[in-house]
Amino acid sequence: MKSSVITFPGSNCDRDMDVALKKFGFKNKMVWHADTELPKSDLVVLPGGFSYGDYLRCGSMASKSNIMHSVINFANSGGMVMGICNGFQILVETGLVPGVLLRNKYLEFICKNVFVKINDKQNKYFKNVDTKVLEFHIAHNEGNYFCTNDQLKEIEDNNLIAIKYCDENGKIEEQYNPNGSIKNIAGVFNKKKNVLGMMPHPERMIDTSLSGEDGSLFFKNLINNLR
Amino acid sequence: MKISAIITLKKDVLDPQGKVIQQALDGMGYKNVEEVRQGKYFEIDVKENDPNKAKEIVEEMCKKLLANLVIENYKIIGTQ
Repeated sequence: MKSSVITFPGSNCDRDMDVALKKFGFKNKMVWHADTELPKSDLVVLPGGFSYGDYLRCGSMASKSNIMHSVINFANSGGMVMGICNGFQILVETGLVPGVLLRNKYLEFICKNVFVKINDKQNKYFKNVDTKVLEFHIAHNEGNYFCTNDQLKEIEDNNLIAIKYCDENGKIEEQYNPNGSIKNIAGVFNKKKNVLGMMPHPERMIDTSLSGEDGSLFFKNLINNLR
Repeated sequence: MKISAIITLKKDVLDPQGKVIQQALDGMGYKNVEEVRQGKYFEIDVKENDPNKAKEIVEEMCKKLLANLVIENYKIIGTQ
């Protein structure tokens, strides 16, 4: 399985993602934002970080960069595109996934482990994951998911919520919502569910000595689903 | 020709920064503030002498990049 990780000026989780993808069997290539051609890929990842210094709105400038034309075409033709954290912010700015990410409700940068409940398994990202709740890491200032009422209706009618913030048992309540996101949303799909945007970082949970293993579970499952 | 544009958050969108600014003003003794909403101001110098054309160009920029229309409104407020 081949993957590509796009590096924007200011990306800082690109190499962590490279390590994670390779650890679980992907042949990964790093792709510079100014390139126009996307290498042949089964999965394209927009990594976390602070592309373009988060100027204007997080992800707004990166969403207009050269390589994104190819990424958008790839996604529209059914290709798997995953945006993590700043990558999620870039995805919403392209319009590939609905909504926007606002400043966290209590204005603080949040860096901690959280639990998320898988809301939908009818997709290649979470199909066959052998658990309902995953422990991932979040580190963001603008992760407060917001969308219009019309978008929310479309999201719920089409079951496009991927994961929701919850407690370790999967209980979804406001107190487990770290950033003020509507409906505790931590990640959403596009309509075809080939594009996933999520705030949590699975690539930070691939080693017990560092953090945890739920990211390993996610990546092992992902490559199996793509085979 | 310089075109000025402002970007403001839509009514229903929470503006935590505006809220904190309001609290600070309140602490300074300004007890009569109903609400504060924070926005952005742009001054764009366009190589174009026709004001209508210049406005049109900046309006397109607002739609495509400067504003995210899910949460924000834009308004061209002046030419000089």
